[in-house]
Amino acid sequence: MSNSNDIEITGKQEFTITAYTENRIGILNRIAIIFSRRKINIESLNTSPSEIEHIHRFNILIHETEEVVRKLARQIEKQVEVLKVYYNTNEDIIWQELALYKVPTDTIAEKVSVERLLRENGARAVVIRKDYTVFETTGHREETDKLIEVLQPYGLIEFVRSARVAIIKDSDGFNRKLREFERREPGEDVIENEFLDKEKNVFSM
Amino acid sequence: MDTAHEEATTLTEPKKTTTVSGSVALLEGLIAEGTDTIFGYPGGAIMPIYDALYDYKEKLQHILVRHEQGGTHAGQGYARTSGKVGVVFATSGPGATNLVTGLADAQIDSTPMVCITGQVFAHLLGTDAFQETDVINITTPVTKWNYQVTDANEIPSVLAKAFYIARSGRPGPVLIDITKNAQLQMFEYEGYTPCEHIRSYRPKPLIRKEYIEQAAALINSAKKPFILFGQGVLLGNAEQEFKAFVEKTGIPAAWTILGAGAIPTDHPLNVGMLGMHGNYGPNVQTNSCDVLIAIGMRFDDRVTGRLDKYAKQAKVIHLDIDPAEIDKNVKADVPVWGDCKETLPLLTALAEQKEHTEWVEEFRAYDKTEQETVIQKELNPETGELTMGEVINKLNELTKGDAVIVTDVGQHQMIACRYAKFNKTRSNITSGGLGTMGFGLPAAIGAKFGAPDRTVVAIIGDGGFQMTCQELGTIMQSGIDVKIMILNNRFLGMVRQWQQLFHEKRYSFVDITSPDFVKLADSYYIAGKKVSEREDLGAAIDEMLNHKGSYLLEVMVAKEHNVFPMVPQGSSVSEIRLK
Repeated sequence: MSNSNDIEITGKQEFTITAYTENRIGILNRIAIIFSRRKINIESLNTSPSEIEHIHRFNILIHETEEVVRKLARQIEKQVEVLKVYYNTNEDIIWQELALYKVPTDTIAEKVSVERLLRENGARAVVIRKDYTVFETTGHREETDKLIEVLQPYGLIEFVRSARVAIIKDSDGFNRKLREFERREPGEDVIENEFLDKEKNVFSM
Repeated sequence: MDTAHEEATTLTEPKKTTTVSGSVALLEGLIAEGTDTIFGYPGGAIMPIYDALYDYKEKLQHILVRHEQGGTHAGQGYARTSGKVGVVFATSGPGATNLVTGLADAQIDSTPMVCITGQVFAHLLGTDAFQETDVINITTPVTKWNYQVTDANEIPSVLAKAFYIARSGRPGPVLIDITKNAQLQMFEYEGYTPCEHIRSYRPKPLIRKEYIEQAAALINSAKKPFILFGQGVLLGNAEQEFKAFVEKTGIPAAWTILGAGAIPTDHPLNVGMLGMHGNYGPNVQTNSCDVLIAIGMRFDDRVTGRLDKYAKQAKVIHLDIDPAEIDKNVKADVPVWGDCKETLPLLTALAEQKEHTEWVEEFRAYDKTEQETVIQKELNPETGELTMGEVINKLNELTKGDAVIVTDVGQHQMIACRYAKFNKTRSNITSGGLGTMGFGLPAAIGAKFGAPDRTVVAIIGDGGFQMTCQELGTIMQSGIDVKIMILNNRFLGMVRQWQQLFHEKRYSFVDITSPDFVKLADSYYIAGKKVSEREDLGAAIDEMLNHKGSYLLEVMVAKEHNVFPMVPQGSSVSEIRLK
């Protein structure tokens, strides 16, 4: 990731958008078209149930300028079934991607010290069968990429990587906020426009 | 809205249930929401709803349009004049896809509408059944919210949500797609409960005092403050609050075309129209004011011209209910997020009573120049062919500014917006953001149903009229009274103007021929007349206005006449051209 150079030249960098939404058919499309309408590519997208029942959490990774991301975040939050949107740079989050690797068991058992391979790459074996073995690792893109390179010579059969999931460093979670949303007369911290309120510090929840 | 709530329990007492079909529940819900008029067109997949409607003829007036697009524009016209939610019915497939233009128009112009489409049986979804289209996904980008109902039990709550979403916050169109089985399904109906809260949706923001204070401080210290107002003032029913603010602060105010009429044309602090074909002063002064106060407007590119040369010298205060509009096009120094019905009085309270006499005088000077170089020639030509401006001027004299003016899109629209006189709010019905040719005639029909006691005059070009002229049939059948003025220049005039100014007069496919419009009207049993001489114009308009029932007046106007002033695309507002 040549992020720092990139920021200087294009002003663009990786942003992770976190959106809390109702679990409703069609919301994925409503969010996706906010990007496609502006010809902006989604680098990775994860949507899955959050810690709160019926509420989904989206993690969307894009490569854009802060100004564009701020506008996108507002457009997403404007959707009726979106509760809250945050956007963060890589410095503001802890993130991981999960990767699975399928390799032929015979080659791998013969030619490498599996234990060392696992240890060095922070990986673990998920399934070991006579014909193939599946390894799993989690990490940043370059880390999961590295294990591909390592396994390629041993006949990597299949590889899959999940979207990025990210935890925002400076956040208190969403439970308390949700209770506020459910009230008819919500408290000020929900209703205020955070983007406007904390221009320099938008990322704090 | 309040009356709707009172009527909400028409059918049931608490806890009692009645077995009804999904279709009946839908119609009961519409009545509970205060709907009196539906614009629609039946078809296979919506037949159960139409069957139920047969028994509701007394309570719900259904206007059979001639094309579903016409239905949506009629719904928009109705919503704009009445302030209520426009309701449109259409069947699945082609019926539903025909709604798309009107939905897009309503979405960009923030018009509250609820569209109901029929859909094939739920078990047929995704099978390419007859007249099946993926309506939800087609309409997602052009609706504020949409939802597919496959079970009748959902109908009351989904309808309640639809109305709530359509009219609250920044209004917009909503679509409900109901599968045929849900329309037919009998279920235990518990009555209709209006929706007042959706946890993921915050239409009404809490007003933040510090921004009001900052805004007031800026306004009080300003030497050359300038107000830009848009449709937000009308949508917020904040005309009185707005007038009080303007009059206390003494600040000159200019309008976007959708904001026209929020204060009367004749108000001494109304300095005119903004934008590409707006008035000279407001455009130039945008780049010399020190504080710009934008109220319920979204800095459309047709208003701002070149953004990097737009009001760079000014501090910007932006009042809007939609946080996504703040900083979208123009960076706000003070964002006042909220309903202007609430924010304006707070601001007025903190603002000092002032008169900016010299500053307002500057606007008058620009106006004088514009009068001399553009307006007098346009409104009072003594020789040559009729101009569009003099037609509007004559109309003003006869209606005295009390009519609802509905326009289509193009040169006649800009001329009508520039010169029509508005004494009252909700009087200028036009397609602003989308620029939909064909909007005028069906929107005028809806406008009349929304304001039955007012005179409604549709001003339409010869091109746009031919896009939706089948709605003459709707006028004929419903028997309503709409005055139609076709300003015929035998060209697609606005495109021709651009081709003249920017494409070396290469008139590429802008030469349009027309049928005999008066005969066309006659074939729909609508009276009409064609006029091309100056001396006949006044009498002809007078005859049109005094005619009992609808009337079509075709006015032959100058063929190659340009709308000025003009901010050429890519130019700054202060580079506005007077010729």
